[in-house]
Amino acid sequence: MASYNLTHLKQLEAEAIFIMREVAAQFEKPVLLFSGGKDSIVMVRLAQKAFAPAKIPFPLMHIDTGHNFVEALEFRDDMVKKIGANLIVRYVQDSIDQGRAQDEKGPNPSRNGLQTITLLDALEEFKFDAAFGGGRRDEEKARAKERFFSHRDEFGQWDPKNQRPELWNLFNGRKNPGEHFRVFPLSNWTEMDVWQYIASEKMEIPNLYFTHKREVVVRDGALLAKSDFITLLNGEKYEERIVRFRTVGDMTCTGAVESTADNLDDIIQEVASARQTERGTRADDKRSEAAMEDRKKQGYF
Amino acid sequence: MNTEIEEKLDSQKYLEMDLLRFTTAGSVDDGKSTLIGRLLYDSKAIFEDQMDAIEEVSNRKGKGYVDLSLLTDGLRAEREQGITIDVAYRYFATPKRKFIISDTPGHIQYTRNMVTGASTANLAIILVDARKGVIEQTCRHSFIASLLQIKHVVVCINKMDLVDFKQEVFDKIQQDYKDFASKLSIPDIRFIPISALLGDNVVDRSENMSWYEGSTLLHTLENVNISSDQNFVDARFPVQYVIRPQSDEFHDFRGYAGRVEGGVFKPGDEVIALPSGFNAKIKTIETIDGQLDEAFPPMSVTITLDREIDISRGDMLVKPNNQPQNSQDVELMICWLNEKKLVPNGKYVIRHTTKEARCIVKEVRYKMNINTLHRVEDDTTIGLNDIGRILIRTTAPLFYDSYTKNRFTGSVILIDEFTNETVGAGMII
Repeated sequence: MASYNLTHLKQLEAEAIFIMREVAAQFEKPVLLFSGGKDSIVMVRLAQKAFAPAKIPFPLMHIDTGHNFVEALEFRDDMVKKIGANLIVRYVQDSIDQGRAQDEKGPNPSRNGLQTITLLDALEEFKFDAAFGGGRRDEEKARAKERFFSHRDEFGQWDPKNQRPELWNLFNGRKNPGEHFRVFPLSNWTEMDVWQYIASEKMEIPNLYFTHKREVVVRDGALLAKSDFITLLNGEKYEERIVRFRTVGDMTCTGAVESTADNLDDIIQEVASARQTERGTRADDKRSEAAMEDRKKQGYF
Repeated sequence: MNTEIEEKLDSQKYLEMDLLRFTTAGSVDDGKSTLIGRLLYDSKAIFEDQMDAIEEVSNRKGKGYVDLSLLTDGLRAEREQGITIDVAYRYFATPKRKFIISDTPGHIQYTRNMVTGASTANLAIILVDARKGVIEQTCRHSFIASLLQIKHVVVCINKMDLVDFKQEVFDKIQQDYKDFASKLSIPDIRFIPISALLGDNVVDRSENMSWYEGSTLLHTLENVNISSDQNFVDARFPVQYVIRPQSDEFHDFRGYAGRVEGGVFKPGDEVIALPSGFNAKIKTIETIDGQLDEAFPPMSVTITLDREIDISRGDMLVKPNNQPQNSQDVELMICWLNEKKLVPNGKYVIRHTTKEARCIVKEVRYKMNINTLHRVEDDTTIGLNDIGRILIRTTAPLFYDSYTKNRFTGSVILIDEFTNETVGAGMII
């Protein structure tokens, strides 16, 4: 008999495409949350594959904190133009101006938590009933218990102790009016899988992921990029280092790593020998042992 | 040898790796968390920051050792209560394979969670405490593995260090297990004596048990042959979504998107669409990267046909000479997942492949005592964590295979019409 084996990447791809099609079929108005980071770029690629030769049958949406890397925004706009997708942007700054959210105080105020307010408002504004996220279970331990189809109540909240069991290929997207789902097609992917997929698909990613010179400040062991959103503390100064980013989030909480990796193969080698998780560079997760769970319960990505 | 070269990951090899999904079953004290922690740690899937975090918490809680279960217990409530509430998924890879572990709690809601974890698993690890031998819980876990048609079971007889690594202990447990398992349908059962705490026979061979000539656990996980576990004979393609680009370039394109759940489909194959019964030939199998010569499980593809027939989500493409069963009356083994008991004559939403219908529970035939494997016929209330056999009638015919023939065309879930919760997991007989 012929050999009918699929490699693990092909299996993960098939699973993610299945999930995306399931959402398009079960929901009235899905949206894909897009940040310009590598996971959301992979998501867009998978969405193209799921519905080809038709266009992606749902819009992309970016919740802009105002603290983005310029490179990530440029990449986002280029990509959207190239694939002819419909992009919606909603701004945390608008939520602040409307008095619905308030900036944190301190030397590196994070707008990470504030995104939730803008996100939930935007979901309601457009009546989206399913929002794709690029979250993976290997990222963080609260995510390890996340479902592919994650139910959110009318307040957008996650109830981790009362999740719907998911069996076989059978996904239950039924809900009451006002409720929605977060859907995570990359649930079973690891950081390594994402990089391998980017390499095997020859995908473009923002330059931030490759080595470059950048002025950074060392704070709590993290290398934070120079930006208008960071206030130097006593004794701190910017210095030039050869760095790249393992994740791309807000400038105030995404740390760089020192690296000379200038191509995907080198990055993959680096990931293979890394002894820190990628979220180890994220100051937002270090706030407490349950930081991610708490944010997720309130409706975070 | 130059270690730098030796350690350099062969990226081509990584691209050729396959995937093994396994589930772990054991009770609180069987050392399950320790075993998983060891697999993750020895395969370098635990990172320094994760290790630092659990070391710090272990110290703060005054534990004399690094509590690896803190790695898997991700929710605040779990850490506070020191228990695992929900199925947790863990990942690790060796140069040979990528592994997905569904780690299921041993005590509360064991059945619901184990059934969930087992539904997608190729292999189950069942832990037995060498001091206790085969106990009720071992039987329960094995029955569920058998019911869910997990083809490979690895019985890890753990804590061998506490019985002086004696072969007699291992042999006795192995025999007891075999006697019991003869009542089940698990084609491949293996036994490995281990000490998860000390690492004997987990990743490295034990120096304390030279009498054991079999493989280590990791070697077994890396090499067990799962390629023939899928059904490549009975062609089944449940239509998930119809793709109609309606663009100038693809004006007449009409593609049926879905996942191959059985058999092999090729361009030119004669297919029949159910329920309409219309025939057509497969014109192309499309992907964004080009057309394919064949599609097999578990690929997600788009099929185009040589003529226009009416097909929508929930329909199924099969071969004319090999059709699934077709009926509104279906017998199921059901595992109940919800605190609200199954209502006799109750109506539920049923989901089978990509089809949604409604059904009524016509009869509860019996309930299983999953510790003794006896059928209980005088008590037919099916509550949370119960397993029983029921007869349902659906509002529309289902096209199905028995679960033993095909896990994906033989499984259903029942959904409460009012709460929308998934309340039952059914395997068609």
